[in-house]
Amino acid sequence: MTGCEEPDRTVFSPKGEAGEGSLDVIMLSIYIMTFVVAVVLAIFIYVLIRYRQKPGDNSIPKQVEGSMKLEMLWTVIPIILLAILAVPTLTHTFSLAEEAPKDEDPLRVKVTAHQYWWEFEYPDLGIKTAQQLHIPTDEKVYLELTSDDVIHAFWVPELAGKQDLNPGSTNKMWIDADEPGTYEGRCAELCGAGHALMNFQVVAQEKEDFDKWVEKRKNPSSEPKTAEQKAGKEVFTQNCMSCHAIDGTQMKTKGEKAPNLTGFAERNKIAGLLENNDENLEKWMKHPEQVKPGTYMPSFDFLSDEDMDNLKAYLQSLE
Amino acid sequence: MATLVTIIVFILFLSAILTGGYNKELMDRFRSHWLWDWITTVDHKKIGIMYGIGGGFFFILGGIEALLIRTQLFYPNNDFIVGRAFNELLTMHGTTMIFFVAMPLLFALMNMIVPLQIGARDVAFPFLNAMGLWFFIAGGILMNLSWLFGNAPDAGWTNYVPIAANEYSAGTGIDYYVLGLQISGFGTLMSGINFLATIINMRTEGMSFLRMPLFTWTSFISSALILFGFPPLTAGLFLIMFERLFGANFFDVAAGGNPIIWEHLFWIFGHPEVYIVVLPAFGIMSEVISTFSKKRLFGYTSMVFATILIGFLGFMVWAHHMFTVGMGPVANSIFAIATMTIAVPTGIKVFNWLFTMWGGKIRFTTAMLYAVGFIPTFVMGGVTGVMLSTPPGDYQYHDSYFVVAHFHYVLIGGTVFGILAGFYYWWPKIFGYKLNEKLGKWNFWLFFIGFHLTFLIQHFIGLFGMPRRVFTYQPEDGLTLINQISTVGAYMMAVATILFVVNVIYSYRHRVPVGNDPWDGRTLEWSIPSPAPFYNFAQLPKVRALDAFWHEKMKGNKEMEPAEPLGPIHMPSNNHLPIVIVLGFFISGLGFVFRSNEVGALGLIFAFLMMFVRSFEKDHGYHVETDEVEKVEKGVKA
Repeated sequence: MTGCEEPDRTVFSPKGEAGEGSLDVIMLSIYIMTFVVAVVLAIFIYVLIRYRQKPGDNSIPKQVEGSMKLEMLWTVIPIILLAILAVPTLTHTFSLAEEAPKDEDPLRVKVTAHQYWWEFEYPDLGIKTAQQLHIPTDEKVYLELTSDDVIHAFWVPELAGKQDLNPGSTNKMWIDADEPGTYEGRCAELCGAGHALMNFQVVAQEKEDFDKWVEKRKNPSSEPKTAEQKAGKEVFTQNCMSCHAIDGTQMKTKGEKAPNLTGFAERNKIAGLLENNDENLEKWMKHPEQVKPGTYMPSFDFLSDEDMDNLKAYLQSLE
Repeated sequence: MATLVTIIVFILFLSAILTGGYNKELMDRFRSHWLWDWITTVDHKKIGIMYGIGGGFFFILGGIEALLIRTQLFYPNNDFIVGRAFNELLTMHGTTMIFFVAMPLLFALMNMIVPLQIGARDVAFPFLNAMGLWFFIAGGILMNLSWLFGNAPDAGWTNYVPIAANEYSAGTGIDYYVLGLQISGFGTLMSGINFLATIINMRTEGMSFLRMPLFTWTSFISSALILFGFPPLTAGLFLIMFERLFGANFFDVAAGGNPIIWEHLFWIFGHPEVYIVVLPAFGIMSEVISTFSKKRLFGYTSMVFATILIGFLGFMVWAHHMFTVGMGPVANSIFAIATMTIAVPTGIKVFNWLFTMWGGKIRFTTAMLYAVGFIPTFVMGGVTGVMLSTPPGDYQYHDSYFVVAHFHYVLIGGTVFGILAGFYYWWPKIFGYKLNEKLGKWNFWLFFIGFHLTFLIQHFIGLFGMPRRVFTYQPEDGLTLINQISTVGAYMMAVATILFVVNVIYSYRHRVPVGNDPWDGRTLEWSIPSPAPFYNFAQLPKVRALDAFWHEKMKGNKEMEPAEPLGPIHMPSNNHLPIVIVLGFFISGLGFVFRSNEVGALGLIFAFLMMFVRSFEKDHGYHVETDEVEKVEKGVKA
């Protein structure tokens, strides 16, 4: 049964400093609150057992007005508990809002959310990609988040808490990862029909692997090599080019409306969602609305089987 | 053409009403029907009952929506209800439950009980009271018509722009939300003002502020919150209405607008709204716990001031719903600390309830079971509230199932448990017979266990990375089993709700009349007959202490000492204008939804015309003569 699988992206197993900052506060608040609940439950259970009306006992209990001492006690103790909680809360609130240092040259990524996909641009490196965010490990990456249409929220539970992406303004946050791996991300603000499936991945790599990836993205292999791929590129320019861009090859226009497909073959997922294989690629291109309701990707079920195969061959050759 | 026909029909209708040129015989037949009596009533008890029926109806509707949501989430990648349809369901579920269930059901209890508790014969503005009821019903119907005519609103109950703008929510769905809430909001505001005026002005002799029962106190503070909390919502809804219907650009970034304005306006209303619906529940719990422990409420004065403090602080914390919006660490910190402070007065209340039971003689009636079940449940909702108040924690919890779990603990564990306790407790006062206790206990246990099964686990669903408002999750997410447990719990709650309906019917069929005071009550409402006569008090009582009726009983008196001699009682007369005025607003709302501004304007003109007619009415009510009062009182006693 699938239900027996372990949850794969819990906030309890952070893989970075930002996630740990949130978890510190979460755990402290859980400890304090467990104490509060325990005290209340202890009194509660005692009272319910001890002071039940016994059959036949119709006496009137003493009418107590209150007790200054007790009332002071349960006013002062919560204040102290809250003060204990407030200190790390404030320090972490400020540390999580830390901005990119001016004197150094940190890695910056501009994140733009669209209904229902993610665009990642590395302004200092001149790279644009989509759906899959690559970051080096053990380094703070500073994100500048904005939206192209409605409000979205960027959430990678294992790396950091959320930040909204608002149209017309830019929010900032930083993330980092201790260990290499692929971390699942979700859109966390209701953004329309496809909200539930606006998934993305963060791929954390060792510094040298990341640098290799950057080099590859700067010099992508986007030219078709086989006859099949050449025909596929032909299909692409006729059908896909006005929305999707592919860098490193000659195209008449450069689509900006949809995810940049440079290096598509290296992505783990299609549309941030389906495992990247030929079967899913065809499913997505033929019936995108069935895969992701509300998507702006039109259906390409009118392509002949041959065109479809060629197109798939071309896309899967992009590295 | 359609507009022309509408105008002609409308003018004919209007002239018929104004000239009296309608069929007199038909009108007489209408007037003698029992339904006419209910439609035109200004009696606070009848209005309360109608609020209850309306709220109950919408509770079933909202519950069905919740079941559909939980059914869709039963296994990953289910395709039962996806995409926009799912967003419509979650939007309508939230909006219905808050505005058309929690609020009206509380208004039901406030209407039925507050005048009785303060020793009044009616509310301060009975006409306004009736209007408030019809506004609620009109708003609820208008909003739910969206299911029948096209599409329902789909931007969440928070209705954030831009997804609520025309560009991203095509069709008229959001218009139903905007106009439905606007119309029901008018009613809420009127009722709020009405209860403020009633509680300030209509208390009987000796009923000083610090002798008021806690339910009256919490209703009072809640009404004050309505007075200050609803205008920001009204303003925000007008902005969205103008944006959607008349092309204004308050929120459109491309035209220089800012969508964050709506978030602020909504939450300046939205946070106090939480206290509007939970404070009266606190009041009910205080009454029930005190009565069934046979003890005076522990720390009454601190309870009152805690209520006032919660109400006040409730306005200072709205931005904690917006920690992730990007307000910066300074604003986030200020709102975090402000939010934490609310835990202190709330904690005071919890301990006061516990110590009210301490040393008492606890009787576990169904009402008391709900009150007792409420304490740990609400404490859970409270502590997760404190957890949510920390921004670094909130970055993780925000818009995840953790938040869903939190506010259901507060809204069901607080408000719904409170409402159910209130119904079991005051049912005999309103209808003259008790609800069946055996069925009631089944109802409680099923509801209580079902509730915790559904929502306890949702804290973890959220912490394991599931955002809220999503129609599905992936098999590899590892969320399947916990979602299935949650769904099973939801169905248990559905069974419990059906059981409550069964109980209402069963108890009516097998009703056994009860006396004035079936629970050994403490407050004024238990000193008068059950069901309460239409004038409530034959003679207004004189209050000599907190828990006035208990005080008299302890002194050996069977009744309250009257503050006035038996005499003719002045009562307001029934009036059909409230429903007619509201009809005008309803037509107007429907007109604007269908983008027919002529019909929209005509509806408004009609409503204002009817208000004008009302201003010249020379009806000052009527008197119930002394001998008739005596006859009723004797009839009740016999």
